[in-house]
Order: sequence, then structure tokens, then C-alpha cells
Amino acid sequence: MKSWFPAPWLSVCLLAIWLLLNQSLELGQILFGILLAIAIPVITAPLRPNFPAVTRPIALFRLLSYALVEIIRSSFNVSRIILFRGTKNVNSQFIIIPLDMDNPAGLALLSCLINSTPGTVWVEYFSDRRELSLHVFDLHDEAWWIDTIKNKYEKPIMAVFE
Amino acid sequence: MKLALEISIYIALISTMLAIVLCGIRLLRGPTSQDRVLALDTLWMCIMIFVLLLGMFFGSLIYFEIALLIALTGFVSTMALAKFLMRGEIIE
Amino acid sequence: MINMANDIPAWAAILVIFFLLLGSFIIVVGTLGLVRLGDFYQRIHGPAITITLGTGSVLIASMILFSSTHERLVIHELLITAFVFLTAPLGAMMMMRAAVYRGRRQQQRDESK
Repeated sequence: MKSWFPAPWLSVCLLAIWLLLNQSLELGQILFGILLAIAIPVITAPLRPNFPAVTRPIALFRLLSYALVEIIRSSFNVSRIILFRGTKNVNSQFIIIPLDMDNPAGLALLSCLINSTPGTVWVEYFSDRRELSLHVFDLHDEAWWIDTIKNKYEKPIMAVFE
Repeated sequence: MKLALEISIYIALISTMLAIVLCGIRLLRGPTSQDRVLALDTLWMCIMIFVLLLGMFFGSLIYFEIALLIALTGFVSTMALAKFLMRGEIIE
Repeated sequence: MINMANDIPAWAAILVIFFLLLGSFIIVVGTLGLVRLGDFYQRIHGPAITITLGTGSVLIASMILFSSTHERLVIHELLITAFVFLTAPLGAMMMMRAAVYRGRRQQQRDESK
């Protein structure tokens, strides 16, 4: 069974994408989708990096819902700043955050979440010093940002890939 | 109800057009190259939203595929341009 | 002149109108930020709200409208949502890194003069 589905979640996603693109649940489309879901992971096996598996989907779900709320909240913050405050008194700065995590999958997830949130952009990860450089749109308190990234994002991500 | 829906789609179309014009201003004015690339990336997104709204306006599902293609090409072109800005070549 | 197969129920229409108005407001504000803000590092935060919240709300509006007028679940917009949410962060990160590298090179050139 393992050799037929080397990456089960990728297979499920491929089948879902095929059915969504064709917008049908006919037997033929489902069969062709299953064929794709078996063939593509086998063909692309050498291209797939060896990522650690997600061991706790519930933690991932909780993290993503927190990030969604945060995206909506900071969207309104950024739009308030753009509309009502001039460009002069916005304190945009680069900040450095020390990280404890050096798992590539976790870093990829962290960069996606940070970049999706308006107001923060990932600049660079220094792998030798294990530090992360961020650009923050309106910095009011550097310690608060470091605390938020470490406690609200980094710890749950480490819990997801444990 | 149908009238209100129609008016709101009109409002959305007009504001997306305004957004496209604003992106164009930054694209033409942008002092540095990275500003222009950023404006181009946003322009792709605005055009994708515009096509989706056109699909809602005409009540047709065909426009979905165009929007998907625009999103795909926009991503590839943004990545290529950003890579080019970084080193001066795309494939190292 | 919207061609609709069937009439749309009132609750769906209200939801669609809400998401459309929210989306159009956010889209204009994001690109306004692109024009108004001072330098590149500030400007990159403006379009982020257009891409996440603007695209998201227009896609939700489209899903609700087509699902209620076609009398079946039309959720293929989820593909665009997933694609945009996966790729937009990459684009922002690449542009930021390119800008930082270019800024550093410019600085070195100015110092060596």
C-alpha cells in the first residue's frame, strides 16, 4: 500500500484539484483523477524534499485559524494607517528575532504565515546565527513583536512537526 | 434585491478599475526598479479580481479559467523579475 | 444586465453585497497605499492587504453568488484562493530580498566613490 501511495496527502489533493477543475463527480472523472493521484506522486518522487510529516493536524488547524484572525485584524490596522495617518510618522523598521527552530518545513510555514499577514515581511533567515530578520510596517514595541512571533507562531509550529 | 446586487457589482468593478489606474501610476512613476516590479505584481492581482468580477457580472463560469491563468502567469513573472533584480540573471 | 439562471435568495444577496463592498474598499485602500507611502520598504505592505483580504472577499462573494444561482455547490474558486495564498508570500519575500540586496550594493557603490 505504501508503494502505491508514497505521499497520501498529495494524492488526495491531486484528486480534489482534478475534480474541482472539471466540476463534476462523474465516475469517469473520478477514475481518471485516481489515476493521476497514483501516477504523479510516483513520477515526481525525486523532486520532493524529505519533509517531516505533520504529526498533529489539530495543532496545525488551530495555528491556521489564529493566523487567519490575525491577517484580518492587521489588514484593518494597515488600511487605517494608510488612510488616516501620513507617511511621515509611521515607524517602519527592520527587527531581528532569535529563533529556536531550524526545521526547514517549519521555517517555510512560518515565512508563509508572516508574509501573508499584512504589516510584516520576512527579509532573511541567517542560518549560522539562527536569527530572523523582519520588516515591520508600524513598530511600536520591539519586545512585543519578538514575544508574539516566538509564543504565538514559533511554539505552535514546533508542536505541529514534533 | 437584484438591483442592489447589480449596483454593488458596478461599484466593485469601478473601484477595481481605480485600483488598476493607481497601480499604473506607481508603475510609471516608481523611482526604482523594485517599485515597478511591486506595482506590476499588484496590477496582475487587480486584473485577476477584475476578471472574476466580470464573470459575476455576466453570470458565466468561463471567466474562472481566465482568472486562474492570470494568477499563474502573474506569479511566474513576478518571481522571474524579482530574481533578475537580485542578481541580474534568472537561472544561476 | 446580470444574466442569472434563477433568482437569488435574500440572505445570499446580502452576503454577496457585503463581501463585494468590503473587497472593493480594501482593494482601493491597498493600491492607494502603493501610491501614497514614502519608500519601497513601506510600500510593500500596501498591496499585501489587496492580495490577501481583497482577493479573499471577492472569491467568497463569487462562490456564494454562483452556488445560489446555479443551485449546486460551485467552489472551484477555492483553487484560486489556495494558489494565491500559497504564492503571494513567496513573491513578497523575493521582492523584499531583491530590494535589500540592491540597497546594499548601492550603498557599497556610494562608499567606494
